[in-house]
Amino acid sequence: MCGIVGLFLKDKTLEPELGSMLTDMLVTMTDRGPDSAGIAIYGAESAGAAKLTVQSDKPEEDFAALAADLGAAIEAQVTLQANDTHAILELDSTKVEQARQVVRDLRPGLRVMSAGAAIEIYKEVGLPKDVADRFNLSTMGGSHGIGHTRMATESAVTTEGAHPFNTGADQCLVHNGSLSNHNALRRKLKREGVRVESMNDTEVGAAYLTWKMQNGATLGEALESSLEDLDGFFTFVVGTKDGFGVVRDPIACKPAVMAETDQYVAFGSEYRALVNLPGIEDARVWEPEPATVYFWSH
Amino acid sequence: MQTYDVAENGLRGLNAALQAQSDETNQTSWEVQNPKGSHAIAVGLDAPIEVTVKGSTGYYCAGMNQQATIRVEGSVGPGVAENMMSGTVVVEGDASQYAGATGHGGLLVIKGNASSRCGISMKGIDIVVHGNIGHMSAFMAQAGNLVVCGDAGDALGDSLYEARLFVRGSVKSLGADCIEKEMRPEHIEILTDLLERAGSDAKPEEFKRYGSARQLYNFDVDNAAAY
Repeated sequence: MCGIVGLFLKDKTLEPELGSMLTDMLVTMTDRGPDSAGIAIYGAESAGAAKLTVQSDKPEEDFAALAADLGAAIEAQVTLQANDTHAILELDSTKVEQARQVVRDLRPGLRVMSAGAAIEIYKEVGLPKDVADRFNLSTMGGSHGIGHTRMATESAVTTEGAHPFNTGADQCLVHNGSLSNHNALRRKLKREGVRVESMNDTEVGAAYLTWKMQNGATLGEALESSLEDLDGFFTFVVGTKDGFGVVRDPIACKPAVMAETDQYVAFGSEYRALVNLPGIEDARVWEPEPATVYFWSH
Repeated sequence: MQTYDVAENGLRGLNAALQAQSDETNQTSWEVQNPKGSHAIAVGLDAPIEVTVKGSTGYYCAGMNQQATIRVEGSVGPGVAENMMSGTVVVEGDASQYAGATGHGGLLVIKGNASSRCGISMKGIDIVVHGNIGHMSAFMAQAGNLVVCGDAGDALGDSLYEARLFVRGSVKSLGADCIEKEMRPEHIEILTDLLERAGSDAKPEEFKRYGSARQLYNFDVDNAAAY
Protein backbone atom coordinates (compact mmCIF):
# COMPACT_ATOMS: atom_id res chain seq x y z
CA MET A 1 0.00 0.00 0.00
CA CYS A 2 1.03 3.60 -0.62
CA GLY A 3 -0.84 6.86 -0.98
CA ILE A 4 -0.73 9.27 -3.88
CA VAL A 5 -2.15 12.77 -4.12
CA GLY A 6 -1.93 15.25 -6.95
CA LEU A 7 -3.33 18.69 -7.57
CA PHE A 8 -3.27 20.65 -10.82
CA LEU A 9 -4.65 24.15 -10.55
CA LYS A 10 -6.61 25.78 -13.35
CA ASP A 11 -7.54 28.80 -11.23
CA LYS A 12 -4.43 30.95 -10.73
CA THR A 13 -5.87 32.61 -7.63
CA LEU A 14 -5.48 29.27 -5.81
CA GLU A 15 -1.72 29.06 -6.54
CA PRO A 16 -0.59 30.53 -3.20
CA GLU A 17 -2.71 27.81 -1.49
CA LEU A 18 -1.22 24.86 -3.42
CA GLY A 19 1.13 23.80 -0.65
CA SER A 20 -1.50 23.91 2.07
CA MET A 21 -4.10 22.03 0.00
CA LEU A 22 -1.58 19.39 -1.04
CA THR A 23 -0.27 19.00 2.52
CA ASP A 24 -3.78 18.38 3.81
CA MET A 25 -4.31 15.75 1.10
CA LEU A 26 -0.92 14.15 1.86
CA VAL A 27 -1.49 13.92 5.62
CA THR A 28 -4.91 12.31 5.03
CA MET A 29 -3.09 9.48 3.22
CA THR A 30 -0.84 8.75 6.24
CA ASP A 31 -2.39 5.37 7.01
CA ARG A 32 -1.68 4.22 3.44
CA GLY A 33 2.00 5.10 3.86
CA PRO A 34 3.37 6.07 7.27
CA ASP A 35 7.08 5.36 6.71
CA SER A 36 8.15 8.16 4.34
CA ALA A 37 6.66 11.01 2.38
CA GLY A 38 7.60 13.27 -0.46
CA ILE A 39 6.28 16.02 -2.61
CA ALA A 40 7.14 17.48 -6.01
CA ILE A 41 6.03 21.05 -6.35
CA TYR A 42 6.11 23.17 -9.49
CA GLY A 43 6.69 26.76 -8.48
CA ALA A 44 7.93 30.01 -9.94
CA GLU A 45 10.47 29.97 -12.77
CA SER A 46 13.12 32.59 -13.48
CA ALA A 47 14.07 33.18 -17.12
CA GLY A 48 17.22 31.32 -18.14
CA ALA A 49 17.61 29.76 -14.71
CA ALA A 50 17.23 26.20 -13.52
CA LYS A 51 16.84 24.65 -10.09
CA LEU A 52 18.67 21.67 -8.63
CA THR A 53 17.12 20.26 -5.46
CA VAL A 54 19.79 18.52 -3.38
CA GLN A 55 19.57 16.58 -0.13
CA SER A 56 22.14 15.77 2.52
CA ASP A 57 22.10 13.86 5.79
CA LYS A 58 24.59 16.50 7.08
CA PRO A 59 23.14 19.70 5.69
CA GLU A 60 25.18 22.17 7.80
CA GLU A 61 28.41 20.61 6.61
CA ASP A 62 27.46 19.97 3.00
CA PHE A 63 25.55 23.18 2.26
CA ALA A 64 28.14 25.55 3.77
CA ALA A 65 29.96 27.32 0.94
CA LEU A 66 28.36 24.96 -1.59
CA ALA A 67 27.05 27.81 -3.76
CA ALA A 68 30.49 29.41 -3.95
CA ASP A 69 32.29 26.09 -4.56
CA LEU A 70 29.85 25.01 -7.24
CA GLY A 71 29.84 28.47 -8.84
CA ALA A 72 33.63 28.39 -9.08
CA ALA A 73 33.64 24.87 -10.50
CA ILE A 74 31.13 25.55 -13.27
CA GLU A 75 32.04 29.25 -13.72
CA ALA A 76 28.55 30.56 -13.15
CA GLN A 77 26.50 32.38 -10.55
CA VAL A 78 24.86 29.92 -8.12
CA THR A 79 22.48 30.75 -5.27
CA LEU A 80 21.54 28.35 -2.50
CA GLN A 81 18.42 28.33 -0.40
CA ALA A 82 18.50 25.72 2.36
CA ASN A 83 15.34 24.11 3.67
CA ASP A 84 16.12 21.57 6.42
CA THR A 85 17.90 18.59 4.78
CA HIS A 86 17.22 19.95 1.30
CA ALA A 87 18.52 22.94 -0.61
CA ILE A 88 17.56 24.59 -3.86
CA LEU A 89 20.51 25.58 -6.05
CA GLU A 90 19.57 28.09 -8.71
CA LEU A 91 21.87 28.50 -11.67
CA ASP A 92 22.15 29.11 -15.41
CA SER A 93 19.96 26.53 -17.16
CA THR A 94 22.71 25.63 -19.67
CA LYS A 95 24.96 24.53 -16.79
CA VAL A 96 22.55 22.11 -15.09
CA GLU A 97 23.98 18.84 -16.37
CA GLN A 98 27.50 19.95 -15.57
CA ALA A 99 26.45 21.06 -12.09
CA ARG A 100 24.71 17.76 -11.49
CA GLN A 101 27.97 15.90 -12.06
CA VAL A 102 30.14 18.40 -10.19
CA VAL A 103 28.11 18.51 -6.96
CA ARG A 104 28.68 14.80 -6.44
CA ASP A 105 32.45 15.38 -6.57
CA LEU A 106 32.31 18.47 -4.40
CA ARG A 107 30.07 16.90 -1.74
CA PRO A 108 30.00 13.09 -2.02
CA GLY A 109 27.22 12.83 0.58
CA LEU A 110 24.85 14.94 -1.48
CA ARG A 111 21.92 13.45 -3.38
CA VAL A 112 20.32 15.22 -6.33
CA MET A 113 16.54 15.04 -5.85
CA SER A 114 15.49 16.91 -8.96
CA ALA A 115 16.53 19.21 -11.78
CA GLY A 116 14.44 21.54 -13.89
CA ALA A 117 13.14 25.06 -14.36
CA ALA A 118 10.14 24.75 -12.03
CA ILE A 119 10.32 21.46 -10.12
CA GLU A 120 11.42 21.09 -6.50
CA ILE A 121 11.32 17.68 -4.77
CA TYR A 122 11.31 17.26 -1.00
CA LYS A 123 11.25 13.80 0.55
CA GLU A 124 12.30 12.16 3.78
CA VAL A 125 11.66 9.21 6.05
CA GLY A 126 8.99 9.78 8.71
CA LEU A 127 5.29 10.38 9.16
CA PRO A 128 3.85 12.52 6.34
CA LYS A 129 2.86 15.26 8.81
CA ASP A 130 6.39 15.43 10.21
CA VAL A 131 7.91 15.49 6.73
CA ALA A 132 5.51 18.24 5.65
CA ASP A 133 6.26 20.26 8.79
CA ARG A 134 10.04 20.08 8.54
CA PHE A 135 9.95 21.54 5.02
CA ASN A 136 7.04 23.93 5.68
CA LEU A 137 5.29 22.44 2.65
CA SER A 138 2.03 24.14 3.55
CA THR A 139 3.53 27.59 2.94
CA MET A 140 4.65 26.80 -0.62
CA GLY A 141 2.84 28.08 -3.68
CA GLY A 142 2.84 26.72 -7.20
CA SER A 143 0.81 25.72 -10.24
CA HIS A 144 0.68 21.97 -9.53
CA GLY A 145 2.20 19.32 -7.34
CA ILE A 146 2.30 15.61 -6.53
CA GLY A 147 2.70 13.94 -3.16
CA HIS A 148 3.36 10.39 -1.99
CA THR A 149 3.11 8.53 1.30
CA ARG A 150 5.11 5.33 1.35
CA MET A 151 4.59 1.90 2.88
CA ALA A 152 7.68 0.09 1.67
CA THR A 153 7.37 -3.42 0.24
CA GLU A 154 10.22 -3.78 -2.27
CA SER A 155 13.19 -2.03 -0.67
CA ALA A 156 14.46 -0.34 2.49
CA VAL A 157 12.88 2.66 4.17
CA THR A 158 15.38 5.35 3.19
CA THR A 159 15.35 8.83 1.69
CA GLU A 160 16.40 7.37 -1.68
CA GLY A 161 13.52 4.90 -1.54
CA ALA A 162 10.94 7.64 -0.93
CA HIS A 163 8.98 9.12 -3.83
CA PRO A 164 8.76 11.21 -6.05
CA PHE A 165 11.56 10.22 -8.40
CA ASN A 166 12.91 12.74 -10.89
CA THR A 167 12.78 11.15 -14.35
CA GLY A 168 14.03 14.00 -16.53
CA ALA A 169 14.11 17.79 -16.52
CA ASP A 170 11.00 18.94 -14.64
CA GLN A 171 9.54 15.43 -14.66
CA CYS A 172 8.79 13.14 -11.77
CA LEU A 173 7.09 9.85 -10.98
CA VAL A 174 5.24 8.50 -7.97
CA HIS A 175 4.00 4.93 -7.70
CA ASN A 176 1.50 2.89 -5.73
CA GLY A 177 2.08 -0.81 -6.24
CA SER A 178 5.03 -3.10 -6.78
CA LEU A 179 6.99 -4.00 -9.89
CA SER A 180 7.99 -7.65 -10.15
CA ASN A 181 10.48 -7.44 -13.03
CA HIS A 182 12.58 -4.58 -11.66
CA ASN A 183 15.75 -6.62 -11.17
CA ALA A 184 15.85 -7.77 -14.79
CA LEU A 185 14.95 -4.31 -16.00
CA ARG A 186 17.63 -2.72 -13.79
CA ARG A 187 20.25 -4.98 -15.39
CA LYS A 188 18.96 -4.12 -18.86
CA LEU A 189 19.02 -0.38 -18.14
CA LYS A 190 22.53 -0.66 -16.70
CA ARG A 191 23.70 -2.22 -19.96
CA GLU A 192 22.15 0.75 -21.74
CA GLY A 193 24.18 3.07 -19.51
CA VAL A 194 21.27 4.28 -17.38
CA ARG A 195 22.22 5.04 -13.79
CA VAL A 196 19.97 3.43 -11.13
CA GLU A 197 21.14 4.18 -7.62
CA SER A 198 18.99 2.13 -5.25
CA MET A 199 17.37 -1.31 -5.08
CA ASN A 200 13.98 0.38 -5.26
CA ASP A 201 11.47 -0.86 -7.85
CA THR A 202 9.99 2.55 -8.58
CA GLU A 203 13.38 4.09 -9.28
CA VAL A 204 13.73 1.45 -12.01
CA GLY A 205 10.32 2.48 -13.37
CA ALA A 206 11.45 6.11 -13.34
CA ALA A 207 14.76 5.24 -15.01
CA TYR A 208 12.84 3.26 -17.62
CA LEU A 209 10.72 6.30 -18.51
CA THR A 210 13.82 8.51 -18.63
CA TRP A 211 15.57 6.03 -20.93
CA LYS A 212 12.54 5.82 -23.25
CA MET A 213 12.37 9.60 -23.48
CA GLN A 214 16.11 9.89 -24.11
CA ASN A 215 15.49 7.61 -27.08
CA GLY A 216 12.91 9.93 -28.55
CA ALA A 217 9.63 8.90 -26.91
CA THR A 218 7.28 11.54 -25.55
CA LEU A 219 6.20 11.10 -21.94
CA GLY A 220 2.83 9.81 -23.19
CA GLU A 221 4.56 7.26 -25.44
CA ALA A 222 6.89 6.23 -22.62
CA LEU A 223 3.89 5.63 -20.36
CA GLU A 224 2.13 3.64 -23.10
CA SER A 225 5.17 1.40 -23.50
CA SER A 226 5.45 0.97 -19.71
CA LEU A 227 2.17 -0.95 -19.93
CA GLU A 228 4.02 -3.50 -22.10
CA ASP A 229 7.40 -3.60 -20.39
CA LEU A 230 6.66 -3.26 -16.68
CA ASP A 231 5.31 -6.31 -14.91
CA GLY A 232 3.49 -5.84 -11.64
CA PHE A 233 0.95 -3.58 -10.05
CA PHE A 234 1.03 0.13 -10.53
CA THR A 235 -0.88 3.33 -10.40
CA PHE A 236 1.60 5.93 -11.65
CA VAL A 237 1.19 9.67 -11.42
CA VAL A 238 3.74 11.69 -13.37
CA GLY A 239 4.45 15.38 -13.08
CA THR A 240 5.64 17.52 -15.98
CA LYS A 241 6.56 21.19 -16.18
CA ASP A 242 3.07 22.16 -17.24
CA GLY A 243 0.85 19.40 -15.98
CA PHE A 244 0.41 15.87 -14.76
CA GLY A 245 -0.56 12.43 -16.04
CA VAL A 246 -2.03 9.24 -14.62
CA VAL A 247 -1.77 5.62 -15.77
CA ARG A 248 -2.88 2.39 -14.09
CA ASP A 249 -1.83 -1.16 -15.00
CA PRO A 250 -4.42 -3.31 -16.83
CA ILE A 251 -5.50 -5.14 -13.65
CA ALA A 252 -5.97 -1.81 -11.84
CA CYS A 253 -6.20 -3.15 -8.31
CA LYS A 254 -4.34 -0.12 -6.91
CA PRO A 255 -6.99 2.49 -6.18
CA ALA A 256 -7.34 5.87 -7.88
CA VAL A 257 -9.94 8.63 -7.75
CA MET A 258 -9.98 11.81 -9.81
CA ALA A 259 -11.98 14.99 -9.31
CA GLU A 260 -12.31 17.93 -11.67
CA THR A 261 -13.90 21.37 -11.26
CA ASP A 262 -13.40 24.67 -13.07
CA GLN A 263 -10.67 25.42 -10.52
CA TYR A 264 -8.57 22.23 -10.46
CA VAL A 265 -7.96 18.60 -11.36
CA ALA A 266 -7.15 16.46 -8.33
CA PHE A 267 -5.93 12.91 -7.85
CA GLY A 268 -6.17 10.79 -4.71
CA SER A 269 -5.60 7.13 -3.89
CA GLU A 270 -8.86 7.49 -2.02
CA TYR A 271 -11.74 9.96 -2.04
CA ARG A 272 -10.84 10.82 1.57
CA ALA A 273 -7.82 12.75 0.27
CA LEU A 274 -10.08 15.05 -1.74
CA VAL A 275 -12.84 15.88 0.73
CA ASN A 276 -11.48 19.25 1.89
CA LEU A 277 -10.91 20.67 -1.59
CA PRO A 278 -13.09 23.69 -2.42
CA GLY A 279 -16.27 22.78 -4.29
CA ILE A 280 -15.65 19.02 -4.06
CA GLU A 281 -19.38 18.42 -3.50
CA ASP A 282 -20.09 19.53 -7.06
CA ALA A 283 -16.92 18.21 -8.69
CA ARG A 284 -16.98 15.56 -11.40
CA VAL A 285 -15.53 12.57 -9.55
CA TRP A 286 -14.50 9.39 -11.35
CA GLU A 287 -12.14 6.43 -11.31
CA PRO A 288 -9.50 6.42 -14.09
CA GLU A 289 -9.82 3.44 -16.46
CA PRO A 290 -7.18 0.69 -16.44
CA ALA A 291 -4.38 0.78 -19.05
CA THR A 292 -5.36 4.28 -20.13
CA VAL A 293 -3.04 7.28 -20.12
CA TYR A 294 -4.58 10.55 -18.88
CA PHE A 295 -2.94 13.98 -19.14
CA TRP A 296 -3.77 17.50 -18.03
CA SER A 297 -1.62 20.48 -18.95
CA HIS A 298 -1.73 24.27 -18.95
CA MET B 1 -35.06 9.95 12.94
CA GLN B 2 -31.63 9.52 14.53
CA THR B 3 -28.75 11.55 13.12
CA TYR B 4 -25.08 10.80 13.60
CA ASP B 5 -22.21 13.10 12.55
CA VAL B 6 -19.13 11.02 11.73
CA ALA B 7 -16.82 14.06 11.65
CA GLU B 8 -17.92 15.03 15.14
CA ASN B 9 -18.44 11.69 16.88
CA GLY B 10 -16.15 9.25 15.09
CA LEU B 11 -16.64 6.08 13.11
CA ARG B 12 -16.52 3.49 15.89
CA GLY B 13 -19.42 5.15 17.68
CA LEU B 14 -21.49 5.05 14.49
CA ASN B 15 -21.01 1.34 13.90
CA ALA B 16 -21.50 0.55 17.60
CA ALA B 17 -24.82 2.47 17.61
CA LEU B 18 -26.07 0.86 14.40
CA GLN B 19 -24.97 -2.65 15.37
CA ALA B 20 -26.71 -2.29 18.75
CA GLN B 21 -30.14 -2.10 17.08
CA SER B 22 -32.29 -5.19 17.50
CA ASP B 23 -35.18 -6.60 15.47
CA GLU B 24 -37.60 -4.76 17.79
CA THR B 25 -35.85 -1.38 17.77
CA ASN B 26 -37.89 1.83 17.65
CA GLN B 27 -34.96 3.71 16.12
CA THR B 28 -35.63 2.50 12.59
CA SER B 29 -34.43 5.52 10.64
CA TRP B 30 -30.85 6.85 10.73
CA GLU B 31 -29.03 9.61 8.91
CA VAL B 32 -25.23 9.59 8.74
CA GLN B 33 -23.68 13.01 8.19
CA ASN B 34 -20.16 13.96 7.03
CA PRO B 35 -18.92 10.51 5.96
CA LYS B 36 -16.10 12.29 4.05
CA GLY B 37 -14.89 9.13 2.36
CA SER B 38 -14.42 7.22 5.65
CA HIS B 39 -13.92 3.47 5.50
CA ALA B 40 -16.30 0.81 6.86
CA ILE B 41 -19.38 3.02 7.28
CA ALA B 42 -22.46 1.09 8.46
CA VAL B 43 -20.90 -2.38 8.47
CA GLY B 44 -22.13 -5.53 10.15
CA LEU B 45 -25.71 -4.32 10.68
CA ASP B 46 -28.33 -6.90 11.61
CA ALA B 47 -31.67 -5.15 12.13
CA PRO B 48 -34.50 -3.96 9.87
CA ILE B 49 -33.44 -0.30 9.99
CA GLU B 50 -33.02 2.34 7.28
CA VAL B 51 -29.70 4.17 7.09
CA THR B 52 -29.07 7.12 4.78
CA VAL B 53 -25.47 8.19 4.29
CA LYS B 54 -25.27 11.85 3.23
CA GLY B 55 -22.17 11.83 1.03
CA SER B 56 -19.46 9.61 -0.45
CA THR B 57 -17.72 6.81 1.43
CA GLY B 58 -14.41 4.92 1.26
CA TYR B 59 -13.66 1.22 1.47
CA TYR B 60 -16.15 -1.46 2.57
CA CYS B 61 -19.30 0.58 3.11
CA ALA B 62 -22.28 -1.57 4.18
CA GLY B 63 -20.18 -4.72 4.40
CA MET B 64 -21.73 -7.91 5.81
CA ASN B 65 -25.16 -6.30 5.89
CA GLN B 66 -28.17 -8.26 7.16
CA GLN B 67 -31.73 -6.93 7.02
CA ALA B 68 -30.86 -3.21 6.92
CA THR B 69 -31.61 -0.85 4.04
CA ILE B 70 -28.62 1.39 3.45
CA ARG B 71 -28.75 4.25 0.95
CA VAL B 72 -25.60 6.20 0.04
CA GLU B 73 -26.23 9.66 -1.40
CA GLY B 74 -22.86 9.76 -3.12
CA SER B 75 -20.27 7.34 -4.48
CA VAL B 76 -18.62 4.44 -2.68
CA GLY B 77 -15.04 3.13 -2.58
CA PRO B 78 -13.90 -0.47 -3.04
CA GLY B 79 -15.87 -3.39 -1.60
CA VAL B 80 -19.33 -1.90 -1.04
CA ALA B 81 -21.77 -4.44 0.44
CA GLU B 82 -19.03 -7.05 0.52
CA ASN B 83 -20.37 -10.37 1.80
CA MET B 84 -23.91 -8.99 2.21
CA MET B 85 -26.30 -11.62 3.60
CA SER B 86 -29.68 -9.86 3.20
CA GLY B 87 -31.24 -6.40 3.08
CA THR B 88 -30.78 -3.68 0.48
CA VAL B 89 -27.92 -1.32 -0.37
CA VAL B 90 -28.51 1.52 -2.83
CA VAL B 91 -25.67 3.70 -4.12
CA GLU B 92 -26.81 6.89 -5.84
CA GLY B 93 -23.40 7.51 -7.43
CA ASP B 94 -20.63 5.20 -8.69
CA ALA B 95 -18.99 2.22 -7.00
CA SER B 96 -15.31 1.34 -7.10
CA GLN B 97 -13.79 -2.13 -7.37
CA TYR B 98 -15.40 -5.42 -6.25
CA ALA B 99 -18.86 -4.10 -5.42
CA GLY B 100 -20.97 -6.84 -3.82
CA ALA B 101 -18.04 -9.26 -3.71
CA THR B 102 -18.86 -12.69 -2.20
CA GLY B 103 -22.40 -11.53 -1.30
CA HIS B 104 -24.76 -14.28 -0.18
CA GLY B 105 -28.08 -12.45 -0.42
CA GLY B 106 -29.96 -9.17 -0.51
CA LEU B 107 -30.06 -6.55 -3.24
CA LEU B 108 -27.28 -4.12 -4.21
CA VAL B 109 -28.30 -1.29 -6.54
CA ILE B 110 -25.72 1.03 -8.09
CA LYS B 111 -27.32 3.97 -9.89
CA GLY B 112 -24.07 5.04 -11.56
CA ASN B 113 -21.23 2.85 -12.85
CA ALA B 114 -19.34 0.09 -11.07
CA SER B 115 -15.67 -0.49 -11.84
CA SER B 116 -13.67 -3.70 -12.06
CA ARG B 117 -14.52 -7.03 -10.41
CA CYS B 118 -18.16 -6.17 -9.68
CA GLY B 119 -19.86 -9.22 -8.16
CA ILE B 120 -16.64 -11.23 -7.93
CA SER B 121 -17.37 -14.61 -6.30
CA MET B 122 -21.01 -13.64 -5.64
CA LYS B 123 -22.87 -16.41 -3.85
CA GLY B 124 -26.54 -15.47 -4.05
CA ILE B 125 -26.68 -11.66 -3.93
CA ASP B 126 -28.61 -9.75 -6.61
CA ILE B 127 -26.76 -6.77 -8.09
CA VAL B 128 -28.34 -4.20 -10.42
CA VAL B 129 -26.03 -1.60 -11.99
CA HIS B 130 -27.78 1.20 -13.87
CA GLY B 131 -24.58 2.16 -15.71
CA ASN B 132 -21.54 0.17 -16.85
CA ILE B 133 -19.29 -2.33 -15.10
CA GLY B 134 -15.52 -2.82 -15.44
CA HIS B 135 -13.30 -5.77 -16.29
CA MET B 136 -13.30 -9.21 -14.58
CA SER B 137 -16.80 -8.73 -13.22
CA ALA B 138 -18.60 -11.81 -11.86
CA PHE B 139 -15.30 -13.71 -11.78
CA MET B 140 -16.04 -17.17 -10.27
CA ALA B 141 -19.59 -16.03 -9.49
CA GLN B 142 -21.48 -18.90 -7.93
CA ALA B 143 -25.11 -17.87 -7.49
CA GLY B 144 -27.40 -14.85 -7.72
CA ASN B 145 -28.11 -12.35 -10.51
CA LEU B 146 -25.95 -9.55 -11.91
CA VAL B 147 -27.95 -7.08 -14.02
CA VAL B 148 -26.10 -4.43 -16.04
CA CYS B 149 -28.17 -1.77 -17.81
CA GLY B 150 -25.09 -0.38 -19.59
CA ASP B 151 -21.97 -2.12 -20.93
CA ALA B 152 -19.64 -4.72 -19.41
CA GLY B 153 -15.82 -4.64 -19.60
CA ASP B 154 -13.32 -7.37 -20.45
CA ALA B 155 -13.51 -10.98 -19.28
CA LEU B 156 -17.09 -10.94 -17.99
CA GLY B 157 -17.95 -14.03 -15.98
CA ASP B 158 -14.56 -15.70 -16.14
CA SER B 159 -14.65 -19.19 -14.56
CA LEU B 160 -18.33 -18.67 -13.82
CA TYR B 161 -20.39 -21.15 -11.82
CA GLU B 162 -24.18 -20.76 -11.62
CA ALA B 163 -24.76 -17.00 -11.30
CA ARG B 164 -26.94 -15.43 -14.02
CA LEU B 165 -25.58 -12.39 -15.83
CA PHE B 166 -27.89 -10.00 -17.74
CA VAL B 167 -26.34 -7.22 -19.84
CA ARG B 168 -28.31 -4.69 -21.87
CA GLY B 169 -25.36 -3.04 -23.67
CA SER B 170 -22.16 -4.41 -25.17
CA VAL B 171 -19.80 -6.90 -23.55
CA LYS B 172 -16.17 -6.11 -24.35
CA SER B 173 -15.18 -9.76 -23.98
CA LEU B 174 -16.38 -12.89 -22.21
CA GLY B 175 -14.10 -14.69 -19.75
CA ALA B 176 -13.20 -18.38 -19.90
CA ASP B 177 -16.25 -20.66 -19.85
CA CYS B 178 -18.79 -17.82 -20.01
CA ILE B 179 -21.24 -17.94 -22.92
CA GLU B 180 -24.37 -16.20 -24.11
CA LYS B 181 -27.48 -18.19 -23.29
CA GLU B 182 -31.09 -18.23 -24.34
CA MET B 183 -33.42 -15.81 -22.52
CA ARG B 184 -36.40 -17.90 -21.40
CA PRO B 185 -39.67 -16.67 -19.81
CA GLU B 186 -38.45 -17.43 -16.29
CA HIS B 187 -35.44 -15.16 -16.89
CA ILE B 188 -37.65 -12.33 -18.12
CA GLU B 189 -39.64 -12.77 -14.92
CA ILE B 190 -36.53 -12.56 -12.70
CA LEU B 191 -35.30 -9.54 -14.61
CA THR B 192 -38.64 -7.73 -14.51
CA ASP B 193 -38.74 -8.09 -10.74
CA LEU B 194 -35.12 -6.98 -10.20
CA LEU B 195 -35.38 -3.96 -12.51
CA GLU B 196 -38.55 -2.85 -10.79
CA ARG B 197 -37.03 -3.20 -7.31
CA ALA B 198 -33.92 -1.34 -8.49
CA GLY B 199 -35.94 1.56 -9.89
CA SER B 200 -34.81 1.05 -13.48
CA ASP B 201 -37.11 1.59 -16.45
CA ALA B 202 -34.99 -0.60 -18.75
CA LYS B 203 -37.01 -3.22 -20.60
CA PRO B 204 -36.17 -6.87 -19.80
CA GLU B 205 -36.44 -7.80 -23.51
CA GLU B 206 -33.44 -5.56 -24.29
CA PHE B 207 -31.05 -7.71 -22.22
CA LYS B 208 -28.94 -10.70 -23.15
CA ARG B 209 -28.26 -13.49 -20.69
CA TYR B 210 -24.83 -14.98 -20.06
CA GLY B 211 -23.98 -18.02 -18.01
CA SER B 212 -21.53 -20.84 -17.50
CA ALA B 213 -20.74 -23.30 -20.29
CA ARG B 214 -19.91 -25.70 -17.42
CA GLN B 215 -16.77 -26.93 -19.14
CA LEU B 216 -14.37 -25.96 -16.35
CA TYR B 217 -16.24 -27.62 -13.48
CA ASN B 218 -14.24 -30.82 -13.55
CA PHE B 219 -10.73 -31.55 -14.66
CA ASP B 220 -10.56 -32.30 -18.36
CA VAL B 221 -7.17 -32.77 -19.93
CA ASP B 222 -8.37 -31.08 -23.12
CA ASN B 223 -8.90 -27.89 -21.10
CA ALA B 224 -5.45 -27.97 -19.49
CA ALA B 225 -4.52 -24.68 -21.14
CA ALA B 226 -7.54 -22.92 -19.63
CA TYR B 227 -6.93 -23.90 -16.00
